[in-house]
Amino acid sequence: MTVTESEQLAYVAAKAADARVNVELETDDGMTLNIGPQHPATHGTLRIVAKLDGEQVLWVEPIMGYMHRGYEKLVEVRTYPQITTLVNRIDWLAASCNEVPFILAAEQLMGVEAPLRAQYLRTIFHEMGRIAHLTMFLGDMGVQIGALTPMFYAMRDREFVLNQTESVSGGRFHPNFNRIGGLKDDIPKGWLDETIRIMRKMEAFCDQMEELLLGNEIFEQRTRGIGIIPAEIAQQYGLTGANLRASGVDWDLRRDVDSPMAWKHADFDVITHTDGDCYARTWVRLQETREACKIVTQLCEDLPAGPIMAKVPRIIKVPAGEAYVATENPLGEMGYYVVSQGDLGPFRVKIRTASFHNISIVPWVLRGVYVPDIISILGSLYFILGDIDR
Amino acid sequence: MGLVESGKLPKPLTQLLNTSRKYSLWMYQWGLACCAIEMAAAMAGPRFDIMRLGVIPLPASPRQSDLLCVSGTVTDKMVPAVRRLWEQMPDPKYVISMGSCANCGGPYWDSYSVTKGVDQVIPVDVYVPGCPPRPEALLEGVVLLQERIQNEDMADKWRGDPIVVS
Ligand code: SF4
Repeated sequence: MTVTESEQLAYVAAKAADARVNVELETDDGMTLNIGPQHPATHGTLRIVAKLDGEQVLWVEPIMGYMHRGYEKLVEVRTYPQITTLVNRIDWLAASCNEVPFILAAEQLMGVEAPLRAQYLRTIFHEMGRIAHLTMFLGDMGVQIGALTPMFYAMRDREFVLNQTESVSGGRFHPNFNRIGGLKDDIPKGWLDETIRIMRKMEAFCDQMEELLLGNEIFEQRTRGIGIIPAEIAQQYGLTGANLRASGVDWDLRRDVDSPMAWKHADFDVITHTDGDCYARTWVRLQETREACKIVTQLCEDLPAGPIMAKVPRIIKVPAGEAYVATENPLGEMGYYVVSQGDLGPFRVKIRTASFHNISIVPWVLRGVYVPDIISILGSLYFILGDIDR
Repeated sequence: MGLVESGKLPKPLTQLLNTSRKYSLWMYQWGLACCAIEMAAAMAGPRFDIMRLGVIPLPASPRQSDLLCVSGTVTDKMVPAVRRLWEQMPDPKYVISMGSCANCGGPYWDSYSVTKGVDQVIPVDVYVPGCPPRPEALLEGVVLLQERIQNEDMADKWRGDPIVVS
């Protein structure tokens, strides 16, 4: 076979990728185990190099960057409306949750605020993204532990939520529906009733999961008391979202930050758990799915009438300035720091994603655990590779 | 099979072998990004259920699989691993490239770290367009691949020169 230029490049890239792992693979004290970059338990392309002593982990090193797509550089050459298409794909399971903080940051710089109806609908889509995201988590958590059945239930019920998103926006999970100043379109007729009906279905799904997964004895044995993260450590490592709440820290941006979204009009609880182990993290996420269903139902019931788009110029130019807006993603705090110089596109955008910070605790929490627990802990920490690498 | 290697495979036997091959594809799923979720929906979702087409997902290793489904963004860091796993698959092997990213770079067409198309390193049989393609689109891709397998001259495939990728 002739060696072509791209093969040559691939060879060089392979060498570079291997050189990044600064471990010697053959040592007398212990064995080095490489998990990934293609492994079902790594949700994509995370690579973990673990040094083992028998069954016990001495240390681990997560290696990232297999999904790095250069977001922060790409958004510098896109205009604002184009960027929403792109940022949809950061955390691919809950696309509308990625759009919202960016749109809010741009709106803040422009000094516009979406009409109330648009705020409500944005929140509804945000929460529906959360439901689709966490449903996937519940199914996936089962798969990690070795229970394949929850996945089928999760996939079945997730479709209902995706269908609702699709009937509004045309995209199953990349809706790209938020615009600066409001939303692209209004909802179709009969959509609200259908959504409320589906939320009831999703609540039934949560009950089912509670019995099927969390009530399972094997599941409890493999998750209870495993991978405990105390509250101080969690805060020191910058964990956010359900991982932090499962360690007993009552922290939720939906409630704590006054953003132009409709969470303040809904009545919901912030779920916390005191244990901080894998079971607590799964439990918190399950209850959060319930709360999200509650929020969507409430907001659908008292959705105000009115326009869905504020007055914005046709060609969007954002005045010079800086803004940081963060919202509560299903994974944690997702924020955009937008620096504008008055052009069609931003000058610089820093994207703060939750998974990148959540994954930083992996070396700490995996030290000293047994090999099967690696999978439970990684599964319950729950990260999306696109969210880590961007 | 000596007949295949010597190129003297009778037509009906080819037909028979091709039919059995096309309905027993073991698919090695290389889920990389958003498209992987749609692939998972096609594999595990009861609504789509890829197994009714005779495709069996989740083989334990690429060495047991006939079909590689690359779904999602292939980055320059990932490309050597894609190539290495493809090389480990036994012949005859087929590749489905799912999603714009794997086809051509997709929304990251001007990114510095994304490979603009997995066909730069491995030969692709079926391209499934979309960002992300619906699970039905992946099923359609599988059906197209099966058509291709059905009409394949096996002797040709076996005798064939090694594929040169450029
Ligand atoms: S083609 Fe689109 S949906 Fe698929 S991986 Fe690429 S960006 Fe994601």
